[in-house]
Formats: sequence, C-alpha cells, structure tokens
Amino acid sequence: MRVAVIGVGMTRFGKHPEKSLVDLFAEAFWEALNDANIELKDIEAVYFGNFVGELTDGSANLSGFVADEIGLKNAPAIRYEGACASSTVAFREAVRAVKAGYHKCVVVGGAEKLLSAGTAIGTRALATAVDGIYEMTAGLTFPGVFALAARYYGKKYEIPLQKLREMIAYVSVKNHRYGAMNPKAQFYGKYGDLKVEDVLNSKMICSPLTLLDCCPMTDGGSAVIIANEKFAKDVCDKPVYVLGTGQASGGSLFRQEDDIIKAIPRKKAAEMAFKEAKITPKDVDFVEVHDCFTIAEIIALEAMGFFDYGTACYATAEGVTSMDGDLPVNPDGGLIGKGHPVGATGTSQIYTAVKQIRGEFKWNQVKNARIAMTDTLGGDFGTLVNVILGVD
Amino acid sequence: MFLEFFKSLQEGKLIGMKCKDCGSYTCPPKQSCNKCSSRNLEKVTMSGRGIVKTYTVTYVAPMGYEKEVPYIVALVELEEGPWIIGRLDVEAKIAEDNDLTEKRVSVFAKEMPGEIFYPLKDKRIVPYFRLEG
Repeated sequence: MRVAVIGVGMTRFGKHPEKSLVDLFAEAFWEALNDANIELKDIEAVYFGNFVGELTDGSANLSGFVADEIGLKNAPAIRYEGACASSTVAFREAVRAVKAGYHKCVVVGGAEKLLSAGTAIGTRALATAVDGIYEMTAGLTFPGVFALAARYYGKKYEIPLQKLREMIAYVSVKNHRYGAMNPKAQFYGKYGDLKVEDVLNSKMICSPLTLLDCCPMTDGGSAVIIANEKFAKDVCDKPVYVLGTGQASGGSLFRQEDDIIKAIPRKKAAEMAFKEAKITPKDVDFVEVHDCFTIAEIIALEAMGFFDYGTACYATAEGVTSMDGDLPVNPDGGLIGKGHPVGATGTSQIYTAVKQIRGEFKWNQVKNARIAMTDTLGGDFGTLVNVILGVD
Repeated sequence: MFLEFFKSLQEGKLIGMKCKDCGSYTCPPKQSCNKCSSRNLEKVTMSGRGIVKTYTVTYVAPMGYEKEVPYIVALVELEEGPWIIGRLDVEAKIAEDNDLTEKRVSVFAKEMPGEIFYPLKDKRIVPYFRLEG
C-alpha cells in the first residue's frame, strides 16, 4: 500500500530565543494536525529529527519530550540524527514503517536552534558533522567544505574562479528573491532584489564563498503527518503520495577525492528514488534542493541527474532554475532564503512540496505542479536522502 | 590508529596503509581499503609529498579555533594517490592573490591548542603543507 502525506506544518523560520526545541516542534505539529483534519489519537508514533540539541540547548534524548508535549503519552518516539538531513532520514524511516504495515499514521518532524546559539557555538556545532579527527584538527567548517568544492569545480571544469563566483551568485539572488516572498522564511521581505555584485562583495567567510553564498543560522520547527493510503483517503481530500525515496552514505570529504564535486552518495540516493517512483528527472515539475551554499545547489542538481556535471552553473545563470524556467528550484527560498534550522529543514522541504502540489503555495506557486523531488544533505556528503512526491 | 598517525607525523613520517589485494593506498589509515574495501592491509610510510588540489582561506572559525584565523584548509593529492586534508603553510594574502592549486607540497606536523570537543583534549596535531620550491 502507498504512503501519503496528509498534513504539513512549520514555524516561521528565524530567531526564536523564547521557544525551546520542544516548543518549536509542537508549534509545527499543531499546524500539521489541523491541516490533516484528524484527531491526536490517530497518531501512533513520533519520528523526530534533531542534530545538535546537546550543544545548542544542552538537550539530547528529545523524542520523549516532544511526544509528551503534544499529548501523545507513551507513544513510541524516536530521535533521528543525520546532520542537516536528520528529519528527512526520519521521514524515510517513517514512510518505510507505514509501508510495512507497522503503523497507520505517524508524525515526522524536526527542530533546531542555531541562530539563538550564536555564531561561535553554531559554527562549532555544525562542524561536528565533519570527520571529527582529521578534518576537525584542520579546522574545517561547512562553508570550508563547499569552498573547497567550489574552487575544485572551477579547476575541474575549466571555469575561471571569478566567472564561477558570478554564476553561482545567481543561486543566492534567486533563492533570496523567493525567500523574500515566503511569509514563513527567515528573510521574508528582505534581500528580494539582491544583485550578483552584492553577493560577490559581501563579507568573505571561506574564500571564495562570501556571507551571501551561505545559508543563515536559523531557529525553527517543522512537522508532517503521513498515513497509509486507506486512512489517507478516508480523511483527506488531497493526499500527496510518496512515490519514491532513496538514501546513501559517504565517508570523510578527503576520502572522496576527485568525487567531492560529484556527490556520489547523492547520485545513488536519487537513482534509488527515481527507480522506486518509476520516473526520470524529466518527469519532475520542480525540486527542493539542499542549497546550504550557492555551489551546493549546483552540485546537487548535477548529482541528481537534472544537468550534466559541470553545466548546472551555466543553466542557473541563464534562468533555467527560476520560476519561469524549465525546472524551478527552491520556490520557497531554499536554505539560503528560507533559512536552515538543520533538524527541521528536511520536513520543511516536504512542507513546501506538498503545499505546491496542492496548489496552496500562493506566494510563489509553480504552475501545474504534480511531481516534486526533495534533496537533503547531511555533512560533507555523509548522509543523502531524496524523496519524490506526487499526485495521480 | 589516529594517535599513531599524529605521533609519526610529529616525527616526520606520514603513515598510511597499502592494500595487498588491489595495491592502492589509504591515508590516513582506515580499517578497510578506501578503494576495494579489503582488510588485507599493511602499514607503510608514505612519501609525504603531493600536489594541492583545492584550498580555502577560512576567516570565520568555530568556537575554539578563533585565534587561528585566517587559516588555509587544503586538500592535497599524495604521490601515492590518496587525498589528505591539512593546512597550507602560507600567508592568507598569498593564497588569495595566487592560484596555488597544482603546486607541489610536502607535509609536516604543527602542534596547536586542544579544544573542549576534540578527542585529544590537551592539543591538536595539524598536518601542514609546505610549498616546495
């Protein structure tokens, strides 16, 4: 039996020092529950994604607390950690559990508080996702990972570094334009008319990537409710089906050698998802990709099979990935424009995909959106999860 | 094996593993071959020389590393094949104003302060790459 998403919710992304990780999840959950039009008792288990609650809020083992907060007393509740892909890992596990018949209906979501933690703790917390011995002793950060990839991309595909910087800056311009339109985005109403020069001239973080090449630190929560097809049809007018999922892993960045710009685990995960959904990249109407950095969106689109290696930067600069292009990418602003509350990011991509497919994403609706694909990356290509969603 | 790796590096030796099945090298050591996954490995001393494949000048550091900025993280392809991570031993300005990719380097160890979350609490051993003439 198929699995469907029947309700979605997310907090405004941004700064929430007054709310706990549990509060952020709960706020998203109530919206999802209301959206699904079911009762609390229908939900049998909680799948919760969180990356670094220990470091930002001194809290681990959060799954029981979130279940209790929403009143699901004694329900099985599990925390999943896959760095920035935590809640997509949780989503895929939940889908498999429902598909296997273990559950009829469950909630999946996540929460993270990186902005409130401050830049020093936030950067160290994020860096726990690199190789903890060899990469950490060198002081590798996540902007650093993608800065290494960006310079190598330019060399490998014979693009002068300055030219590459200009082309990838379009990712930031585009995603900020869409983020500025999204009322749930961290940068709602801000940076909507960013220029390429603004990106190039902003503060250098890890050369060649500037602050505006990077997604922000973010607090936020998200939640989605999934169910088997029978229950979904009983309670929901517009179930959005999970057509396929894929997941793969990778080791330390340096061990990936020449493949650091090819994201092989993502290629494998995407192929797995396409195979299960019995579709090809051409059938996808729009994608939500993990644009933690501008170059990351380029690498993602190539590894997923939407563009040949070494070409997505040209396509992006030409507008192919804009709303009026052939393949709209990150219509909600992506991580760059919407924000990146790590553990909540994956299910917020599902949120956008479902709203778009239902035709409810009125501030930036993809026309005739029927099939969407999401892409979430954890670490330096350590955990990759792709999800394909659609309607009949 | 990371302690032995760092201790050897301080003594001027870069150690890795050679696969007795496929002949390729894994460095730093890992319990399976990075190419063919075999466990039939022998410990070897690597040449310690290679070329810079990519690098980044880091201006914003994590907590515990702030005093070290700007520092240059680099990926180097060793003569024997594997890529390793470390830092380029040059001024940030030189790394920004010049393209140092494909430059020949040799590896050595520098001792840096430890930090609260690093597995070695008292110090970190950082592989550094020195440009060869």
